[in-house]
Amino acid sequence: MSKNILELHDVSMIYGPVKALQNITLSVQQGEWLAIMGSSGSGKTTMMNIVGCMNKATHGVVVLDGEKISRLNAKDLTAIRRDKIGLIFQQFHLISYLTAVENVMIAQYYHSLADEKEALEALERVGLGHRARHLPRQLSGGEQQRLCIARALINHPKLILADEPTGNLDEANQETVMNIFHQLHAQGSTIIVVTHSPEVAAHARRVVHLEYGRMIRDEVNVECPAA
Amino acid sequence: MFFRIIRGAVTRQKQKLLMMACTMALGISLATAMLNVMLDVGDKVNQELKTYGANIMVEPRGASILSDLYGVQEGAGVADKFLLEDELPKIKTIFWAFNIVDFTPYLDVRAGVNGSEHQVTLLGTWFAKHLDIPTGESIDTGINNLKAWWEIRGDRSSQGKWLSDDDETGVMAGAAFAARNALKVGDVIKVAVTDAGGRERAADLTIRSIYHAGDAEDEGLLAPLAVVQRLSGLENKIRRIEVSALTTPENDLARRAAQNPHSLSRHEWEIWYCTAYVSAIAYQIDEVLTDSRAKPVLQVAASEGAILEKTQLLMLLLTILSLACSALAISNLVTANVMERSTEIGLIKALGASDGQISLLVLTEMLIATIIGGIIGYFAGIGLAQVIGQSVFGSAVDIKGLVIPIIAILVLLVTIGGSLPAIRLLLRLRPTEVLHGR
Repeated sequence: MSKNILELHDVSMIYGPVKALQNITLSVQQGEWLAIMGSSGSGKTTMMNIVGCMNKATHGVVVLDGEKISRLNAKDLTAIRRDKIGLIFQQFHLISYLTAVENVMIAQYYHSLADEKEALEALERVGLGHRARHLPRQLSGGEQQRLCIARALINHPKLILADEPTGNLDEANQETVMNIFHQLHAQGSTIIVVTHSPEVAAHARRVVHLEYGRMIRDEVNVECPAA
Repeated sequence: MFFRIIRGAVTRQKQKLLMMACTMALGISLATAMLNVMLDVGDKVNQELKTYGANIMVEPRGASILSDLYGVQEGAGVADKFLLEDELPKIKTIFWAFNIVDFTPYLDVRAGVNGSEHQVTLLGTWFAKHLDIPTGESIDTGINNLKAWWEIRGDRSSQGKWLSDDDETGVMAGAAFAARNALKVGDVIKVAVTDAGGRERAADLTIRSIYHAGDAEDEGLLAPLAVVQRLSGLENKIRRIEVSALTTPENDLARRAAQNPHSLSRHEWEIWYCTAYVSAIAYQIDEVLTDSRAKPVLQVAASEGAILEKTQLLMLLLTILSLACSALAISNLVTANVMERSTEIGLIKALGASDGQISLLVLTEMLIATIIGGIIGYFAGIGLAQVIGQSVFGSAVDIKGLVIPIIAILVLLVTIGGSLPAIRLLLRLRPTEVLHGR
């Protein structure tokens, strides 16, 4: 049996009168592909921020790769995020004045050492080898998202966290990105995708539904094969 | 990678960084100009004030003591005390010899003119005496430099010139004396002086020019020292010396030393002796002239110090103000820049950059702009200093090497000081606030 890469025990996030997350208990196994679904305001981004070490839960315990992260300070959370998590954003968030390969290398630089050869290989894996010297503005939306995925993968994270990864893409690019996710899943990567799209969630083996900060359903997608 | 990020950021933000460089250049140019002028202003102000006369008076020791204690200005014990003319070149051999700008001896005697019973003061002095100093140098010194503000009137031939030191038949008449006696340039007067032995010696002297000093000296006559010595039988003797020296403004140490140099510790004494305080220069003159007492002319020395201190304070305030303005302007520019780049900074934080790494990144970008601005400002400041020097003092300002490290430190301080609010903002920035776009 695979070990749990992520465990949430009774996690809540309360901003004054607003209960963004309430008593979430969840575990994710290594190599699992999980989709967190919910409408706007359901708490899925809050959950992503907690799991992604960008925010701390007000209550409960979060364990990532065997390490309790719920009470770590900002500096330690930064280190955990840098070493264990690959982030993919809906708006791509690429640095406009750096080329594609440099945008990948910047993640290496803040992790350990920038290695251009390895960064080029990461771009090859997402089909962007020929666009390595282009600036983000010279790439299409799909290419920018693939670049974002290459950046997230470069440090071999334990967990890939994707926030609405296809939210800004057309159908063809959406398919390309999902194919990359399938490849990663097949290679054993643990993926958590936050989405409001049933089509994107349908690619995941397991889907967690949130509503008003509560987890209302945790279901296994039987049509989707396990890795 | 760090330099790739910096290069990209600098290239992308050319205009903003140019604005920062210009802001720094403006502040630093003013600071450079003010610091250079401030460090050179002591000499400049001293030079200016030298045109208003001597700042050290040397008298025979005995006469000086009587004058100090009892206010006695003439009679036995004062009138019969003299300094020696042939010792005068020694003044230019003291430790601060190069600070001695001018000096001139005086020998004043009472003289009858054209048989009148009313006696006037006949003052013998050097006009522009050429001296060969024991050190091998030579100088021209005398009253014509020391009393540059005196107004000299002459006829067409003399055209209001000072006398020559080797003019044995010439004399200059004070304006008040000439007016009372209806004398004019070219008139010959009979000047009679009674020497120490009671013997009257007389000479016919031609009035070469008439001087207006604006004080009691307008009531007398002025002649070459050698002529007065010969008439009075006081060869090689002088009554007093006026010395004009470049000095450092007095401070507590100098004031204590002026009271009593022996009250200083050995270390204090060395500092005082090796600093161009007027009291130290006076002390050193005492050391080389026999039985002399050199005293600072405190009014002039005090004015120099006061003017200098106020001028330097004004310049220091201008420097501080200009740099404070630069720091404020840079602070606004950097803060606006950080706010504009919040998503990029949030992303870098999300990728795992520490606060220190991000601060270093932003500070390096700022430093590139401000160092370029600082270099431009430094050279502009040198030009500005020369403009100030020429327009205020009529001469170039010496560029001090000391200003360069000061400016480098100021650039660093202004950049860091100006960046602090932005860095504070940057450290508070949370990736979650800027990355989700909703």
